[in-house]
This record gives sequence, C-alpha cells and structure tokens, in this order.
Amino acid sequence: MARFLQYALTGLSAGSLYALVALGIVLIYRSTRVLNFAHGDVATLGTFVAFALVSQGYSFSVAFAVAVLVGAALSVAFYFGVLIPAQRQGATLLGQVILTLGLALVFQGLIVYQWGAEPDRLPFPLSDSKTWKLGPVFISQLSLGTLAAGLVGSLLLYLLVQKTRLGLAMRATSENLQAAQTLGIPTRMVLSVSWAVASVLGVVAGVFLAAALFLDPFFMLDPFLKGFAAAVLGGLNSLPGAVVGGLILGVAESLTGGYLTIQFKNTLAFVIIIVVLLVRPEGLLGHEFKERV
Amino acid sequence: MDLVESYREDLRFARKPLTWLLLGALLATLLALPGYADSSWLVRASLICLYAIGIMGQNILIGYTGQISFGQAGFLAIGAYSFAHLKTLGVPFLLALAAAGLAAGLAGVLVGFPSLRLKGPYLAIATLGFGVAVYQIFANWELLSGGRSGLSVPKLQPAFGLSREVYVYYIYLGLLVVSTVVTYNLISSYVGRAFVAIRDSDIAAEVMGVNLTRYKLLAFAISSFYTGVHGGLFAQFLGHLEPQTFNIAESLTLFVAVIVGGLASVEGSILGAMFVILVPTFFSASRWLVPVLYGLTILVVLVFQPLGLAGLWIKTRLYFQLWPFR
Repeated sequence: MARFLQYALTGLSAGSLYALVALGIVLIYRSTRVLNFAHGDVATLGTFVAFALVSQGYSFSVAFAVAVLVGAALSVAFYFGVLIPAQRQGATLLGQVILTLGLALVFQGLIVYQWGAEPDRLPFPLSDSKTWKLGPVFISQLSLGTLAAGLVGSLLLYLLVQKTRLGLAMRATSENLQAAQTLGIPTRMVLSVSWAVASVLGVVAGVFLAAALFLDPFFMLDPFLKGFAAAVLGGLNSLPGAVVGGLILGVAESLTGGYLTIQFKNTLAFVIIIVVLLVRPEGLLGHEFKERV
Repeated sequence: MDLVESYREDLRFARKPLTWLLLGALLATLLALPGYADSSWLVRASLICLYAIGIMGQNILIGYTGQISFGQAGFLAIGAYSFAHLKTLGVPFLLALAAAGLAAGLAGVLVGFPSLRLKGPYLAIATLGFGVAVYQIFANWELLSGGRSGLSVPKLQPAFGLSREVYVYYIYLGLLVVSTVVTYNLISSYVGRAFVAIRDSDIAAEVMGVNLTRYKLLAFAISSFYTGVHGGLFAQFLGHLEPQTFNIAESLTLFVAVIVGGLASVEGSILGAMFVILVPTFFSASRWLVPVLYGLTILVVLVFQPLGLAGLWIKTRLYFQLWPFR
C-alpha cells in the first residue's frame, strides 16, 4: 500500500506539470480551434532564457519572471505577426495548425544555434534530494514544489477565466466569435491574451521540468506530447478536463512504470490518445463540436 | 489556347507533343546523370528518388484526400524493418520491397480505422501518437530492431557491369518513374476523384455515393504502401538501421516536403523531395539553420503561395505562355 501511495504521489507531481501543459493547449484550442504545435518550443525557449539569465548571475526569481514574459511576448507576436495575416489571406484551420508547426521548427533551430545541443543543468532553488516523510510516503522538495506550481497555476487560471471580466470575454469569444464581436468585445485583444496566458503556463511547466530533467533543446518534446495526450483524455475544449487528464495520465504512467514495465512507460500516453479518440473522441469532460456542410 | 475538349483528353498524361519532348529530354538528362555527375551527387539523386516516392504517397493522403497525418515515421519504420528482416532471410530485392509496402499498407488500414471517426486536428494527434508509439516499440523491443548494434541490411549486388552507386541510382530512378506514372493514373481515375471529393467535403461526397469507409481506408492503405516502399528503399540505402532514424523529426521532414512541394501535386512531391534533401546538404556546416529554413518556408508558403513549389512552377509557366500579356 505504501508503495502504491508512493507511485501515486510521484505520478500526481508529474501529472500536475502535464496538466499545466495541457491547459495551455486547451486554452488556445477552445478559443481559436488551433492546435498549437509550437507550445512545447515556446516553453523550451522561455526556459533557456531563464537559464541564460541565471548563469549570468541574476537571481532565480528575476530570471523566472523574465522567462515567463518572453514566452508570452513571443506568442502574442506570433499571433499578430503571422496568424492574423494568414487569416486575412484566408488560411484554413489546418493551415493555421501547420503555421504553428513552422514556428516550432524555427524556434527549434534558433535554440540549437544559441545554446547548442548539449544538455545543461538549470540551477533551481528547490532541491531534488532533500525529502520529507509524509506518513508512509516520501516526497522531495522539488516534487512538492511542482505539485504546488501545478495546483496554483490551475487555480489562478480558474479565477481568471471564471471570476474576472476578461475571463468572461474569453469565454464569450470561445463560445461564439461573431456574437462576441457584435457585442463589442475586442476579440483580437482577448485572443492574444489567451495566447499569452497559454505560453506563461507552458514556460512555468518548462522551468519546473528542466529542474527535474536535463535542459536540452528537445527536452519539452516528450512532456508536450504528454500534455497533448492529457488534453485529449480530458477533452480538448474543457479546461477542468485538461487538469483531470493531466493528473490521470501522470498517475497511470507512474503506476505502469512501477508495476508493469518501465520500458513502455512512455508509450502509455500514446496508447491512451488512440484509445480515447476511438472510444470517446470528445474526451472525459469535453463536448462534441457539430459540423455543417 | 489549349482547351480540354473531352474527358479522354483530360486523362492524357501529356497533352502536347512539346510536353512529350520536354519529358523525354528530362528523362534522358536523368539517365545520363552518372556520365557527368560525381558520385556524391549520384547518391543525393538516389536519395531524392526514394524520398519522392514516399512523399508522393503522403501527398495522396494529405493533399488529395485531406487526411492530415503526422505518423509517417511509423510507417517508414515498419516498411524499413520488414524489408531488412526479409532481406536478411534471403528474399529477393523487389519481393522484399513489395512485402515492406504491404506491411506498411496493412498498418495504414489499422490507423485508417480511427480516421473514419476523426477529423482535422484530432486525426493529426492520433497519427502523431501512432508514429511515436511505433518508434518507442522499435526502440525498446530488441528482437525487432536488432538490439543495441542495430540491424544491418545486405547490400545490393550490382549487375550489368555497373558500379554499385550507378546501379542503385538506376533502380531508384526506375521505381520513381513507375510510381509517378501510377500516381498520375490513380489520381485521374474514379478513385482519385473520390479522394478529392472526400477532401472537399466528406458529407457531400457521401451523399453523392462515395463510400467513405472504403475510400478513406483505401487512401490510408495506398499512401502507407508508398511510405513502406520508401522505408524499404531507405533501409537498402542506409545499409544499417537504428530506431533513432524514425523519430518525430523524420515525420515532420516528410510533412514539410508535402507542404513545400505543393499539396495535391505529383510533380510537387518530387520538388518537395529535392527541397528536403538539398537544403540539409547545402547547410551541412550549420545544422541549426535547417529547421529554421523549413519553418520559415512553411510560413512563407502558407501565407503567400499555398500551392507550394508546384504552384510557383504553374505561375511561371503561365507567365511565359501569356507573355507579353499578364
């Protein structure tokens, strides 16, 4: 039982980061129907900015704040600089998805150019080796911090979306773009805020992941794909679904690794994607979009 | 001007004698390539030929049928490993190649089943998941992938007194010509028209009597057959297989080639293959630039030239045909 709880706790900590990544993907998907393939690479770039600042002697909190802002600024610049011109040219939804893929490739190359492909270690204030005993299970400072970051991030997003006027505008825009425009909501501003918030969540997840893993230009690929899986599991248009999906995925993965096979631990996420899409394409908490000819 | 007056005329491969002449000249230039190009260019040309085959297959799926797929590397790996295992058992080249295509095609049907219910971004995610899952299975299952040292493929024995590079080049060029002609015929047949109808609106296509299940699965099967053949040829070309070859970057490369070359265009597929082979060759000194160039090209193509290199070619041709008017 103690072993089970230990795996579950480790899984929850990893899952809270998947949830943050998934929240970013869902936030953009449900307001613009665009799947953001650049999400992982924006997060990687932000994390590297934090790394560069910390290595130059800035304090961690300053570096973290700047990294988050850089991530947000890049997303907003992409939205206004590329997506809106493309929409004016009549780009289809699929075209816009492919544009985010192009952006991802550009960022990938630039990161390799600036920081090289060798893995680095991000100096992080929370330690991985200092552990506490909570009843029958152990938890490291870093996992506790990660869990807290995931929960606080989700909570802040909930407050923003459900309790503020801006959140109301975001919900209205994702519900019906034309109606929101007619009612005088500046939808472009609102959507750019969505892109910025999504990137902030991504960069936060990236910094915490970099503390647990090594920092190299491709370190976000796996967590990004798992965030994707979590988003699909919970429902691509449901924010609570993203959190639930992330936590379930984290725990399931940790249990698979502990009890079944460590080799195929990472494959589980993709099996989940395929099974969920086959059985219930709208996800656990999502709802289906209807299409007309 | 050259109006198409009958259906039979529309089906014709090349409409004017001049086109036949130019095609013949192009083929002659390609056949004579070993005479004037050095061996590094010959190797690159072989690589372009084999990539063009796979990209043509992807174009059938993405460009003509409109089913987006990011799982190419999975089909590629299935094709490559089936080919390598069969070749090691002593199966002749062409037979092993056909078997590699069939194995990938079968996997394509399996992936095609979810596509019956999924659209657009959802299908992209499902195929992406398939590609990564296949990669991880090969990476972790040593019986399939030949373990840590990888799997080596027996080399092709050259015939007719040609050197190995020239022989390989002629075989790959021949296969490319065959698959180009087959693809042209396929897309101008009723099957190709059904694919295009599904792309433009699947509900409308169904109402017009296109069997969605059959044709979507067929599109997946055909395109993965091409990709499996590509995988087999790639395995033969590399001579040594490691699972790392078939990661997500390879899927993205093939996808970039389809977009840059031109959606729904056979000659675009060949141009796209040239793009993804030649760009890394020219920028081999600064590898970081390659993804940047891929990404920027995608951005530029999608915003300014949605038909890709093939669209550019059509525009240039029209400009000269209509000159001095515009």
